[in-house]
Amino acid sequence: MSLIPKVTTVTSKAMPVPMKDVDTDLIIPAQFLTSISKDGYGANVFRRLRDNDPNFPINRKEFDGASILVTDSNFGCGSSREHAVWALTGAGFKVVIAKSFSDIFYNNSAKNALLLVVLEDKVVDEILQSAKNADYEVTVDLESQTVVLPDGRSYKFEYDQFRKHCMLNGLDDIEYIRSHTADIQEFRNRQEQQRYMTTRGA
Amino acid sequence: MSAAATKKAPEKAGKKSVETAPESSGSGATAKNIVQKIWDAHVVTRIEGHPNVFAIDLMLLHEVTSAQAFQLIETRGIQVFDPTRLLATIDHSTPTRQNRWEIYDEAARTQVETLRSNCKKHNIPFLDFDSGKQGIVHVVGPELGVTQPGMTIVCGDSHTSTHGAFGALAFGVGTSEVAHVMATGCLLQKQPQSMKVEFKGRFRRGVYAKDAILKLIGEIGVGGANGHVIEYVGEAVRAMSMEERMTVCNMSIECGARAGLIAPDETTFNYLKGRAHAPCAEKWDEAVEYWKSFASDENAKYDKSVVIDLDKLEPIVTWGTNPAQSVSLGERIPKLETMAANDKAVAVRALEYTKLKEQQVLEGTPVEWAFVGSCTNGRIEDLRIVAEILKGRKVNPAVTMYVVPGSEAVMKRCQEEGLDEIFCAAGADFRMPGCSMCLAMNDDQVPPGKRCISSSNRNFVGRQGPDSITHLASPATVAASAIAGCITSPAQYV
Repeated sequence: MSLIPKVTTVTSKAMPVPMKDVDTDLIIPAQFLTSISKDGYGANVFRRLRDNDPNFPINRKEFDGASILVTDSNFGCGSSREHAVWALTGAGFKVVIAKSFSDIFYNNSAKNALLLVVLEDKVVDEILQSAKNADYEVTVDLESQTVVLPDGRSYKFEYDQFRKHCMLNGLDDIEYIRSHTADIQEFRNRQEQQRYMTTRGA
Repeated sequence: MSAAATKKAPEKAGKKSVETAPESSGSGATAKNIVQKIWDAHVVTRIEGHPNVFAIDLMLLHEVTSAQAFQLIETRGIQVFDPTRLLATIDHSTPTRQNRWEIYDEAARTQVETLRSNCKKHNIPFLDFDSGKQGIVHVVGPELGVTQPGMTIVCGDSHTSTHGAFGALAFGVGTSEVAHVMATGCLLQKQPQSMKVEFKGRFRRGVYAKDAILKLIGEIGVGGANGHVIEYVGEAVRAMSMEERMTVCNMSIECGARAGLIAPDETTFNYLKGRAHAPCAEKWDEAVEYWKSFASDENAKYDKSVVIDLDKLEPIVTWGTNPAQSVSLGERIPKLETMAANDKAVAVRALEYTKLKEQQVLEGTPVEWAFVGSCTNGRIEDLRIVAEILKGRKVNPAVTMYVVPGSEAVMKRCQEEGLDEIFCAAGADFRMPGCSMCLAMNDDQVPPGKRCISSSNRNFVGRQGPDSITHLASPATVAASAIAGCITSPAQYV
């Protein structure tokens, strides 16, 4: 049963955000986090950046429909808000290519079928430069773990095989964990002897 | 199943951010560090090529990252696995004015009411306004004694690392993982790498734990510890109080670490003794023996190591738009040409935003707002230091100062010790507990264009309000600056 969207191949013009350390406050400011819904964040993705710079790619019509974001290093640092991922997917992004990602953001993305691809610094720099004019079409294929550039050059990316299986099949973690309920119960029974904390009565 | 049975390391998912270290997880004969020990004590399954099913001892909940998690489990018809391992409070979007029960913002009101009713429905202990226990989630956990050594603790908040001060493995997760823990009491996790950070020496007058952690972040950068859990060691760490340790562990995330922790010792046990959810008298000795087992072995290995000398440390303040962009007071903002190309581009943008220049001396920069509070520095020791500095003095007329206690318990202590009167006499606004001005999610925001010196943990663009400028500092530096009306060292006052 597919519980989250499946990810296979994405072909799109690439939208470059050539900034390192883009934090989740930049991706989705805190003022937008009071909703109890998972939807509706896309309209405010990169709100601070797009409000202050008319040339920020999201503001430019030429980038409409782009589903591949390309950025620098340590993307998604700061707050653990999963709303940052929802804002990106809500705005139509299916892939983010970067030199590196923050840990929490990386985990959150996998839960929402947002494919994060790490490529070598010089390749990322090249794409950031080439994608400026909104006519740079890139293909990302999860099955073969490749990124193909417009001139046909392709680069392989590393990806955890378990995570890949989940992404290709739209599986989330809950059912997998629940398939180990017997192990979990046994673990907890063993642990009970050294349990010194209960929140009961708080 | 021992880790040694895992023959093949799962493929690296990213160069710097998510990596495994199967070799360092070791069998019984190998020296282990505290991270490895807690890890091994909580793995439920080890299957080759799969992440571990990993048990979570405690999950804290607040209103911002829980609603969608409850929706997920209800849609699937799944019951909460164990409500006695969950604890909820309200802190981020709540008002800090006296009449805070009236939440004017409709979305925030809905969020708070949703958590309140979900906890009731699912039998989860909930710390509401005026319970005597409500407050910032990472302040109330330790206060109540639910945070204990050797535990695994998560929350939908990156500053969950705070609880590491007790020798717990505590880290932030997203809302989906909150749902996973609600449903199963477990997460799928890959073992992180470990980094040792040694703090040597002792604090000079006017220098505090906040300055130490800002120094570390400045040294290794905002991504310097990606993929790692930090263990803080050293004579300076052993000399710290629990609240100082919490300040240090709290900001581990700001250098990219998943979590940061400090092995428990007598200071830890003394803090915990007698707290509401600490082990009762009959189980106390047994618990302490168990907790003592969570210490790094003498020859334990780490994947990275950093040493910071505190002897010469001066008060530190940030100048830019991430916590690593900082200087000691008395030093100048660095020259752009001394920076690596990538860092330079970030710095140029940052200085434009904070309206400062390279080589500028930060000391003497006027501020219009001062904020003491947050999960980093909103505890009683922090407020005592602020009161010591404000006593008999006045907040500069050009400055608006908020002093926000981290919890109702902290607020009560302030009232008992007369600190609230000192704050008010000085002209500061002593408010109700909550996250307040740390992040612009409630009514407490720094107005556009205004400069705030803050004891919180992040100075990102717009963090405290659109177009607001944040300078991170210790509570003492905040208090001294509030009096002076400009950024200044607290050394003259303490």
